[in-house]
Amino acid sequence: MFWQLLANGLVTGSVIAIAAVGVSLIYGILRLVNFAYGDYMAFGALAAYAFNGPRGLGIVVSVLLAMLATAVLSLVLDVTLWRPLRARRAGFMSLFLASIGLALVLRQVLLLAYGPQSQEYKVNPYKVYVIGSVRLSEAQFITILVAAVAIVAIGLFLSRSTIGRTMRALADDRALAAVAGINVGRVIAYTWILSGLLAGLAGVLAGLIQTSFNPNFGFQLLLPVFAAVVLGGVGSAYGALAGGLALGLAMELSTWPSLLGGVNPVYKPVVAFAVLIAALMVRPQGLFGRARVI
Amino acid sequence: MSALASGGFWAFVAVVAGVYTIFALGLQLQFGFAGLLNFGQVAFMAIGAYTMAILVVKEGWSTWLAAPLGVAVAAAAGLLLGLPALRLRADYFAIVTIAFSEIVRYVATNQDSLTGGSQGTIALGKVGQAAQYNGQWERFQTRFQGWLGVSSKDVAMLVIVWGAAIVLLALVWLAVRTPWGRVLRAIREDEDTAASLGKNVLAYKLQALAIGSGLAGVAGCFYAWQFSFFSPDDFQPLLTFFAWMIVILGGLGRVWSVPVGAAVFGFLFAGTRFLDFPPLSYLSGADRAYVRLIVIGLVIIGLVLARPQGILGKRDEMVLE
Repeated sequence: MFWQLLANGLVTGSVIAIAAVGVSLIYGILRLVNFAYGDYMAFGALAAYAFNGPRGLGIVVSVLLAMLATAVLSLVLDVTLWRPLRARRAGFMSLFLASIGLALVLRQVLLLAYGPQSQEYKVNPYKVYVIGSVRLSEAQFITILVAAVAIVAIGLFLSRSTIGRTMRALADDRALAAVAGINVGRVIAYTWILSGLLAGLAGVLAGLIQTSFNPNFGFQLLLPVFAAVVLGGVGSAYGALAGGLALGLAMELSTWPSLLGGVNPVYKPVVAFAVLIAALMVRPQGLFGRARVI
Repeated sequence: MSALASGGFWAFVAVVAGVYTIFALGLQLQFGFAGLLNFGQVAFMAIGAYTMAILVVKEGWSTWLAAPLGVAVAAAAGLLLGLPALRLRADYFAIVTIAFSEIVRYVATNQDSLTGGSQGTIALGKVGQAAQYNGQWERFQTRFQGWLGVSSKDVAMLVIVWGAAIVLLALVWLAVRTPWGRVLRAIREDEDTAASLGKNVLAYKLQALAIGSGLAGVAGCFYAWQFSFFSPDDFQPLLTFFAWMIVILGGLGRVWSVPVGAAVFGFLFAGTRFLDFPPLSYLSGADRAYVRLIVIGLVIIGLVLARPQGILGKRDEMVLE
């Protein structure tokens, strides 16, 4: 039971972690809490469905195409919405509200396009992988493999590649980075592309592990993702990874019956927030955030 | 198109706008005057409505006792949330309040024995019995309708809700003119300066949060009475965003801008129901509901881009940043 919950926690946590990096990178560089990110994820999930379901492409190809589509969406929205707002020097509140407006528009457009009914990917629901005492469905198995690769890739990208390091430099101190000759506009565009790729990937993986999903599911995904970002320390990409995994594990392990009888599974999202609020009381700057005077 | 001309429909829209006025007034006090980013306002509406309904159905309380207690519980919940959460930075506070409103909704959905669960208030009573919490209210409303001498129930409700809204608006308007209101605005502008002058910043913020939550509780009771039934689905975070839109639409840091914002919002929300000319008439009813929310989303974005001080807001005093 424990090992099964641990495996489930890793599956849930890695999806949250991937999305949390996407949110955190944008926040770090633009100070934008992107409330529409859940709907970027839903867009990715439904795009993959469009390739995998009606067109019958394989799930891997569909995921890649969906990531690409979400990255394009992300870049287009930067040019049409976020760039004009930046030009007006919009502050935190304006950006947050604009992202709420965008979330409404995106979700309703998805509902218009796909309808409110639930969709499923074409994976074998009966295939089960057994590892020791842990049983994983095919969807969970794919998720765990892809997520592990993605998390390592994200870590390497941010620590080793020039673009990744530039992104972190920009998040750290924008003025200093600009003075050091970094082309801020270009890095912002790259960051939106990466954030979009991650949204697409996390969306599809979330759709896979939930087995069925509809255009409304983005919002349910969003709150644990925000919790992970805050838990890890806002703006810290590594913190977001760790925060996501920690929350996923906390959510699944809280249902362990040997742990004071366990929490009713319907309260898993509540557990995520309880962890978040408790952590913020102790470390208001997040696990990996730096305490600083603003 | 018949509904467009019917007075009953517009009376209904006006009632809803009145409820939203009270709901958004709380947010105006919290954000427009005290600068608090409360994104969980809908939670307090839910707490007010549920406390009232539960006390009436399960404990057999009089509506006239249960409703004020509902408001008090909503205000107390605001205090309880504020005590830990107000220690956080503004953007973290925003996220924690959204989280709180979702927790309230999850609990309301899943604690069937307390709230009737996802079936809503109809399941509040014993199994197989449709529970009603508004018998006393209905009798009052009918008597009031007879006293007014109007034929429509909605018109009677309109007078009650807007009467209450105007009283509450006036009270808040007076309150923000007192030294207390000036301290709130000072905190909004510069917390550290207010603190250096010996003002207890946390206490003032808590007061604003609790009063705003109480106002949401009042709105919750009226909401419950107007619809005679509600379920956790009525308290989606979307409602909080509607309140934000009303406050920003009307203008920040102003009391009388709230009913203006609510009226414009109500008209926009109800009016988009009549977008049934081509090419929109080719869409089904459900699809048109999506288009309605797309319009609202675009209005929010447009406001942020074009008029960050709102319709009646003063640019010198407060602009959305």
